[in-house]
Amino acid sequence: MTSTKSGFTSSLWNFFCSLKLTIFLLIGLASASIIGTIIPQNAPPDQYLKMYGESTIRLFSVLNFFDMYHSVWFMLLLYFLSLNLVACSLKRLPRDWKLFTEPDQAMDEQMEKSLTLVRHCRMPGSSVKLRDTLEAFLRREFAAPVVTEDNGRYYLFAQKNLFSRLGVYVVHFSIIIVFIGAMVGSFFGYRAYVGIEEGGETSVAYRRTPSTGHTESPEQIAASTIKLGFTVRCDEFSISYYDNGMPKEYKSLLTITDNGKTVIDKRPIIVNSPLTYKGITFYQSSYNRVPTFHFTVRDRKSGAQTKITAKQGERVSIPGGSFLQVIEYTDEIRQFFPQLSGPAAKLALIPPSGEPQSLLLLKDYPEIDLQRGGELVFTYDSTDYTWSTGLQVVKDPGVWIVWLGCALMVGGIFIAFFMSHRRIWVRVESGHISVGGAANKNQPAFEQFFDRLTEKLKAM
Amino acid sequence: MLSSDLFNAATVLYFVSMLLFFVFLASRGKTVGLSGSIAAWCGFIVQTAAIGLRWKESYDLGHGHAPLTNLYESVVFFAWTIILIFVLIDLKYKYRVIGVFVLPFAVFAMAWAQLGMKMRSGIEPLLPALQSNWLLYHVVTCFLGYAAFAVACGVSIMYLIKTRCEVGNGKAKAGGIMALFPPTKVLDELNYKAIMIGFPLLTLGIITGAAWADYAWGSYWSWDPKETWSLIVWFIYAAFLHARITRGWVGKRAAVLSVIGFVATIFCYLGVNLLLSGLHSYGAG
Ligand code: HEM
Repeated sequence: MTSTKSGFTSSLWNFFCSLKLTIFLLIGLASASIIGTIIPQNAPPDQYLKMYGESTIRLFSVLNFFDMYHSVWFMLLLYFLSLNLVACSLKRLPRDWKLFTEPDQAMDEQMEKSLTLVRHCRMPGSSVKLRDTLEAFLRREFAAPVVTEDNGRYYLFAQKNLFSRLGVYVVHFSIIIVFIGAMVGSFFGYRAYVGIEEGGETSVAYRRTPSTGHTESPEQIAASTIKLGFTVRCDEFSISYYDNGMPKEYKSLLTITDNGKTVIDKRPIIVNSPLTYKGITFYQSSYNRVPTFHFTVRDRKSGAQTKITAKQGERVSIPGGSFLQVIEYTDEIRQFFPQLSGPAAKLALIPPSGEPQSLLLLKDYPEIDLQRGGELVFTYDSTDYTWSTGLQVVKDPGVWIVWLGCALMVGGIFIAFFMSHRRIWVRVESGHISVGGAANKNQPAFEQFFDRLTEKLKAM
Repeated sequence: MLSSDLFNAATVLYFVSMLLFFVFLASRGKTVGLSGSIAAWCGFIVQTAAIGLRWKESYDLGHGHAPLTNLYESVVFFAWTIILIFVLIDLKYKYRVIGVFVLPFAVFAMAWAQLGMKMRSGIEPLLPALQSNWLLYHVVTCFLGYAAFAVACGVSIMYLIKTRCEVGNGKAKAGGIMALFPPTKVLDELNYKAIMIGFPLLTLGIITGAAWADYAWGSYWSWDPKETWSLIVWFIYAAFLHARITRGWVGKRAAVLSVIGFVATIFCYLGVNLLLSGLHSYGAG
């Protein structure tokens, strides 16, 4: 019973320790990642309908190919990679740890056979004197040795860059740290967006991208709303251009008020220079030109006129208890109706009860609404524009963990690749000296060093 | 003098160097090989001056940015880094024949940059998203890494040719042109060394790119095709290193993996922009 169980456990352990699995996972991740670069990710459904047949779409959505990098199977690959890493490290660590806690300090005959670099020579003088000479020699030429004695033999052992053995662990551990940072970010952070008009302010942002285009239900909007805990005002937005017409700079001046106090006053933010307050960072991301419409309402009977100002989508009340809402507008109607020209607005006239009515107003044709025959006659007088800045609003408490992981990874790779643990052993035995050496990296360079060292020793 | 004249001169010098190396391969004359190397070094010096001059010209135009900001400039810089690594290997190992397999990459890159119809070679000001110091760190580290991988690929091709000839002719007859090739053991070692240099640089390149993305857009990783392909390349070379260190993948299998890695590198650099963006515009996603 127990033996089959431990047999299973140990084969599972071996499976996760195996480097075949590592190579399989690395190549597998590389190949799988290609899919998501060919199939558009998180695109609107109609785009997929244009690209693929229905059965292909069904297959792809079952396989999660439309949001591949967040799919369960892709996460599972990353999860296996982490398990593989941890298992490999745990398996190797005891062996490497011995190099720190109980290094082989005495090179006896048996150990000598296992070394590829060994030289012998004879030197005059007592063992004690030779021991002291060699100790000074090693200290000068290489590193301070540890001396041990056994049966009239003296053993010297010196090493350099022992810590470089840990480079591999640092690299592997750093990958796990990056994963942890990414998870912290996705659990405790958010990526949101908010548009603020010049002069306007907000204390919320919305978890969505500006380009979705779909109008969302109030519940959806409420669910995606994030309270910032302070207020951001956009004092000004501006664009500057190079002489050749390319955009040079998008700039918003932001003011933050927290608890009624102005904590940040008219700070300019531009692309590549965001603003962070209380762990929330605001990035200049897009901009918009927001129209304000001016209409006149005239009572057909009395001739009384009222001026009305409205933003797109805003419901404004008009005389008589109805409401007016701008649904759509265009700067140039000609692209839709070649025989007409100038700005146009499509409005909904919403009576207190009953069906809303749709109106089309043209700025250059003021009489157009007369023909409708309604009690109220509308004219479209003018439009002015203000800027609205689009800010990416990001909170990512995991990002520092990610950077820490990256720094460790770079440091670890340099240690693991370019530093080698070099060891030199010396045995002194009645005028006979044996020198052995080993390095775990860059063998040829160490061999040269070792040859020079032993030449110097013989010349003494 | 304009930097574009110097770039043309460098292209010609690299082309001459490549031809000399081909003649060297056929004639095995020592002087021809040396002249090939000298032409490459001169080309490198001229190109270095050209890059410096272009940088200065950008200041004169009032833009003032390193010449690493569009496809033209990056292709030219890529050629420069390839030659840089070739010159270092040439100085250290003196296996001239490596030039036969490395210089064509540089010549091709330069010729494409100078003659490519669609490539805009003017000095342009920077769009807001590119106005960052991270641009310099990111591009330099990535391209030095790419160049190391290019050299590894060239050496691997040599390795594959040489082993194939040795197998075909039997050991004794691996003479002729093949005698010029470094021993297979050296080629294999060079492949590994080049990747050992390229991998940390690519790692730095990916990290600086992520840092920049975080600074400019507030997201260090968004799985866009370019990022994903750089990660694919990273995975391939990580697999190469592990296979070699712990499973003893040397020789032919290492050479093949190195060539695959470089094909992926080139796809990451050019293919993503030239092919994938045609398939779909990821700005919309
Ligand atoms: C599933 C994941 C991984 C496992 C199980 C794994 C396992 C190992 C093992 C056992 C070694 C020891 C080699 C030796 O005997 O010296 C090693 C070396 C190394 N690995 Fe990984 N590895 C993994 C992923 C990675 C990744 C993604 C990187 C990318 C940076 C990496 C970088 C290194 C480095 C730099 C070395 C040291 C090479 C050397 O000793 O010169 N590893 N890996």
